[in-house]
Amino acid sequence: MEDIMSNAQTKIMRETVREMDLTANLKWRRTKDFLFAVTGLMTLLFAICVLLALFIDLAMTGVPRISAEFFMNFPSRFPEKAGILSAWVGSLAVMITTAFVAIPVGVAAGIYLEEYAPKNIFTKIIELNIINLAGVPSITFGLMALGLFVYKLKFGQSILTAGMTLGLLVLPIVIVTTREAIRTIPNSIREASYGLGASHWQTIQHHVLPYSSGGILTGVIISLSRAIGETAPLITVGALTFIAFLPTAPVSDVFPFVSFQWLHDAFTVMPIQMFNWVSRPQTEFHVNAAATGTVLLIMTLLMNGIAIFIRYRFRRRMKW
Amino acid sequence: MIKNIALLFVCVLARPSLAQVVVVDGSSTVYPITEAVAEEFQNEFRAKKYKVVVGTKGTGGGFKRFCRGETDVQDASRPILKEEIESCKKSGVKFIELPIAYDATVVAVHPKNDWIHEITVEELKKMWEPAAQGKIKRWNQVNAKWPDQDLKLFGAGSDSGTFDYFTEAVVGKAKASRGDYTASEDDNTLVQGISKDKNAIGYLPMAYFMENKSRLKALAIVSVDKKGKVLPAVLPGRETVENGTYAPLSRPIFIYVSQKSLSKPEVKEFTNFFLKNASTLVPSVQYVPLPAKAYEMATKNLHNEKLGTMFSGHSEVGLKIEELLAKETKF
Repeated sequence: MEDIMSNAQTKIMRETVREMDLTANLKWRRTKDFLFAVTGLMTLLFAICVLLALFIDLAMTGVPRISAEFFMNFPSRFPEKAGILSAWVGSLAVMITTAFVAIPVGVAAGIYLEEYAPKNIFTKIIELNIINLAGVPSITFGLMALGLFVYKLKFGQSILTAGMTLGLLVLPIVIVTTREAIRTIPNSIREASYGLGASHWQTIQHHVLPYSSGGILTGVIISLSRAIGETAPLITVGALTFIAFLPTAPVSDVFPFVSFQWLHDAFTVMPIQMFNWVSRPQTEFHVNAAATGTVLLIMTLLMNGIAIFIRYRFRRRMKW
Repeated sequence: MIKNIALLFVCVLARPSLAQVVVVDGSSTVYPITEAVAEEFQNEFRAKKYKVVVGTKGTGGGFKRFCRGETDVQDASRPILKEEIESCKKSGVKFIELPIAYDATVVAVHPKNDWIHEITVEELKKMWEPAAQGKIKRWNQVNAKWPDQDLKLFGAGSDSGTFDYFTEAVVGKAKASRGDYTASEDDNTLVQGISKDKNAIGYLPMAYFMENKSRLKALAIVSVDKKGKVLPAVLPGRETVENGTYAPLSRPIFIYVSQKSLSKPEVKEFTNFFLKNASTLVPSVQYVPLPAKAYEMATKNLHNEKLGTMFSGHSEVGLKIEELLAKETKF
């Protein structure tokens, strides 16, 4: 009887001890959890604060300078008359060319690797190389382009060369994001499509691509917003600093109405114009540089915003 | 606003007729002058639709393109080097050398620095020569009259033409410099650095000093002439650079014109326009123009297509510009 009593007592005691252990342990785990959350938040806030401080500092100097004239004037030796017309038109033209190079090749490569490529050593090597390519410094692409596009293929120091260089530079990003986007499509969708008698390409065309296009577009826009800030490879392939005329217009009033002459024209881009102004002695030029920086930052933010919006729209449209 | 936007679209969509373009590349030191000339040139020759594009690949990078025959005019902050003459010869590019302005280097200290007003070239050498590395760290080590304070050095980075010239003029050999100083390719950083430290001393292009006169104090330079006579201290300024007394820290900067390109009317007009208007456009971007006579002589050299360089493949320190232009050229 006594034995049973003491047994029961010890059992109860043991349980309380275990419970106390558990509560203490739980408390400590909760504290750890809390500490981690705080650290994470602090890191995030720090990053945002740095970006904000930079942006506000830039905007405070630059915004008063931004006007319609600033967008419509060519570079000049008078800081107050100088503008970024040739720079933003050049940036735009180069971006369009980049998109035309990077999107078809990148998306096609992504589809092939995800949907068609056999799982063998050859595919593995390609995949490894794409990841490596994403980490190659941009100046290397510039040197490659100078040798290949400018001198071997004789594209000259043109918008075409610049667009192809940046296109190659962002290609790995487009491929990787395309693959990620395609991977999110559940296999059941593909199987349902096959079950209804669709071919492989029909399945991709009617189901995989439309459902993943949100993700693909996001990747494309993010890669373009990286390309718009690139300077080093463009200086290497021969972007100019002073150019007071625009590329040939793509449309005209004489037959055949469209012209691709602009691809072969000389150009400059906004980061180069900005760099040139920053390194001038006159503070008025530094203000111009800040204004250009603000425009560039707003354009990048806008592009990223569009990417987020597109992703949101496509997610909402998905029916499954 | 709407009108502006409409105009903007017209600007973007308008089709310029096939233009005659003068291609210029080279030094970023010469760039502000070329930019000013190009701007005015395009205004003046608007009817003829002459266009100019200017790159800033640097003097070395520019000469590579120039000697391949890719550019019409080369901006150079130093005379053409031997290797470059060779590579031009190989591809058959013949050129005319035209000095267009002076570029001076200013030795500057903090405005509140009260112990120094002038400095001799010898003292500068003591501060900057490679042997000073790690040893000369205090002001009184250079000159016993100066206080026992930290010597904080600021100077151009090794990729800049200012670095090449300063080391050649002060140490005696281009690119020979101590390495333990605050170096920057961006001269605005040097202005910042010197203006924030009372013990600082540094060198920078004159245009940057002119823009920041309230934040910096320029030192007068004491040099020795060829016979060993000590010359009076000279402060940097437009006059002293122009009359050649601010020595040895001023140098001419050049454009090189390809002879083949001169047959194109737009290049011929551009170079003529350059020399004709240099005396007004050069000071407008804070550089010192050459004496009027020098521009006349340069124009004559251009018309006679006097080929080659007046230098034998390296910079010469302390030569007057008229002496230079009268020299026989080598090719």
